[in-house]
Amino acid sequence: MTVESTAAPKPRRSAGTKSTAGKRTTARKSPGTDPELVQLLTPEGKRVKNAEFDKYVAGITPEELRGLYRDMVLTRRFDAEATSLQRQGELGLWASLLGQEAAQIGSGRATREDDYVFPTYREHGVAWCRGVDPTNLLGMFRGVNNGGWDPNSNNFQLYTIVIGSQTLHATGYAMGIAKDGADSAVIAYFGDGASSQGDVAESFTFSAVYNAPVVFFCQNNQWAISEPTEKQTRVPLYQRAQGFGFPGVRVDGNDVLACLAVTKWALERARSGEGPTLVEAYTYRMGAHTTSDDPSKYRADEEREAWEAKDPILRLRRYLEASNHADEGFFTELETESEALGKRVREAVRAMPDPDHFAIFENVYADGHALVDEERAQFAAYQASFADVEGA
Amino acid sequence: MAAEKMALAKAINESLRRALDSDPKVLIMGEDVGKLGGVFRVTDGLQKDFGESRVIDTPLAESGIVGTAIGLALRGYRPVVEIQFDGFVFPAYDQIVTQLAKMHARSLGKVKLPVVVRIPYGGGIGAVEHHSESPEALFAHVAGLKIVSPSNPSDAYWMMQQAIQSDDPVIFFEPKRRYWDKAEVNTEAIPGPLHKARVVREGTDLTLAAYGPMVKLCQEVADAAAEEGRNLEVLDLRSVSPLDFDSIQASVEKTRRLVVVHEAPVFFGSGAEIAARITERCFYHLEAPVLRVGGYHAPYPPARLEEEYLPGLDRVLDAVDRALAY
Repeated sequence: MTVESTAAPKPRRSAGTKSTAGKRTTARKSPGTDPELVQLLTPEGKRVKNAEFDKYVAGITPEELRGLYRDMVLTRRFDAEATSLQRQGELGLWASLLGQEAAQIGSGRATREDDYVFPTYREHGVAWCRGVDPTNLLGMFRGVNNGGWDPNSNNFQLYTIVIGSQTLHATGYAMGIAKDGADSAVIAYFGDGASSQGDVAESFTFSAVYNAPVVFFCQNNQWAISEPTEKQTRVPLYQRAQGFGFPGVRVDGNDVLACLAVTKWALERARSGEGPTLVEAYTYRMGAHTTSDDPSKYRADEEREAWEAKDPILRLRRYLEASNHADEGFFTELETESEALGKRVREAVRAMPDPDHFAIFENVYADGHALVDEERAQFAAYQASFADVEGA
Repeated sequence: MAAEKMALAKAINESLRRALDSDPKVLIMGEDVGKLGGVFRVTDGLQKDFGESRVIDTPLAESGIVGTAIGLALRGYRPVVEIQFDGFVFPAYDQIVTQLAKMHARSLGKVKLPVVVRIPYGGGIGAVEHHSESPEALFAHVAGLKIVSPSNPSDAYWMMQQAIQSDDPVIFFEPKRRYWDKAEVNTEAIPGPLHKARVVREGTDLTLAAYGPMVKLCQEVADAAAEEGRNLEVLDLRSVSPLDFDSIQASVEKTRRLVVVHEAPVFFGSGAEIAARITERCFYHLEAPVLRVGGYHAPYPPARLEEEYLPGLDRVLDAVDRALAY
């Protein structure tokens, strides 16, 4: 299927490729005013009509809206706790999702239980939607394992640190779904930086050629560590899809309703045999890339301040309040629940035992390997030599 | 009919056919593997008989081939992918090393990746650049991968069966210069373990250890040496990772001398690992240092020079003479 023939709404226009050579300006194009952007909730919390996408959230109940709000608040609280734990030396590293809650909760809540998610390493909100206990996400950052959850329990793959690799795994998995004749779909997360990787381009090629039921969900948070999107692309990222023969759409990544609607649309396309879709969630990473970097060295405060005005949580709160879908009691209760989550996470991290020494040799191979057996035995003998000394 | 004489390429073809036939989850993927049957015709006729959804012609993107095979394996399939030539595996090296090799450990054993990566490798066919390399050591250094290389049609048939049945990723190096060698294949035999070395020829004076394309050369060396009254043992290692050190040790304890032969560069090659470990295991049995014969620390040369680069009869015999001179 071609972009032209798609039932996909065309809420976008052909964007120019304005030169950004020279000094970076701090004021970027505001997402709320970008005509390329699918938006259902303005930064002021006003519901705006969208002829193509409204139907995907038409039946949403006040309870479900409160649910989305709760998801975003708790995810942000979890993220803040993890950042603090890193600062306190309890975690070796943390990749914060601050600012990207709407993109992750909106897309995550669009998935069905039998869909399969291939995350990068920042999809804490998506993990939350999939029912992965947030404390499980912290093992790898604390250094007790390289993953820590069974990907098949929640159809949520382990985090992938090499950027873009998982888009190919997602495509292969989707090819398998198609072979099985199943009607589930796959969603692959990646960032604006990963869009430069060959694997992402190859996954676009494979998914298009085999018409694989996969949604590519790019969270364009504007920065790949210190490199702005301008260093990754000269055209808006969603337009990449056109060259591969499938639709691309840019959605306001700070608008949870729009992310929910657009992702539902893309997943339904995938399920009904219409192949892949690229969704570019236009958002902003409010914090550092990880706790290791220092955004003050590469971006201006004004930029962050401009994006703070478009905060995804504040936006939905304004809408909930204005439409009387939530009362003060709801927000107070949520505040209590948030604090309890923070406490639970903190205690769980501090209680995490170091792995058994012999874990080094566990699961290197499924069928075993003579060299691993030999080295395990040497390691055991070495360890035992200390016991002898202590016992002497 | 159990035993039939067939070429090594045909043996792999028959083995893939059997796997496709017996397990609906087995898939063949790669560039030109369908209608053409692969550039070496190893997959000849398989797409015709099993269809395009089982024998899949892929886009020309090696990382994509391995990366999507990982996804298919996560979905429960058992993909056998073909990398067209040794030197073309490097675009897929990232997926193989950072993902295929590590996902089982990363998932604490929850995820299994039964993917076979077939790579026709080695020189001696007069090819152009990137078509004659032996990169097995680059993969052997990576935990999580298994690396095997058959030297004859029977092993090719059975080792492919075992590789496909393995729940670990297996890099299956096919000695392309031996593709057309014919020998008996018993398709009903009960094979030995995939990673067990095999004594091809018993001897007492020195052990020649090799795998893949160099096994036949070592047999020729042993024949030539026999004419000079030397009784060499030839060991077909069959597997590079894991390496069957017990079999090498047993042989060296008998012969007391070891020469390792491979096409790959000697520097940091599999021969270096064998020499180091056998020196540790057999120090008091050795009458000579373990010697290695292989490629030089230079890019694989143009075809007109490859006979100088590759281990040949005289170079191996020379190493045998040096080892016996101690």
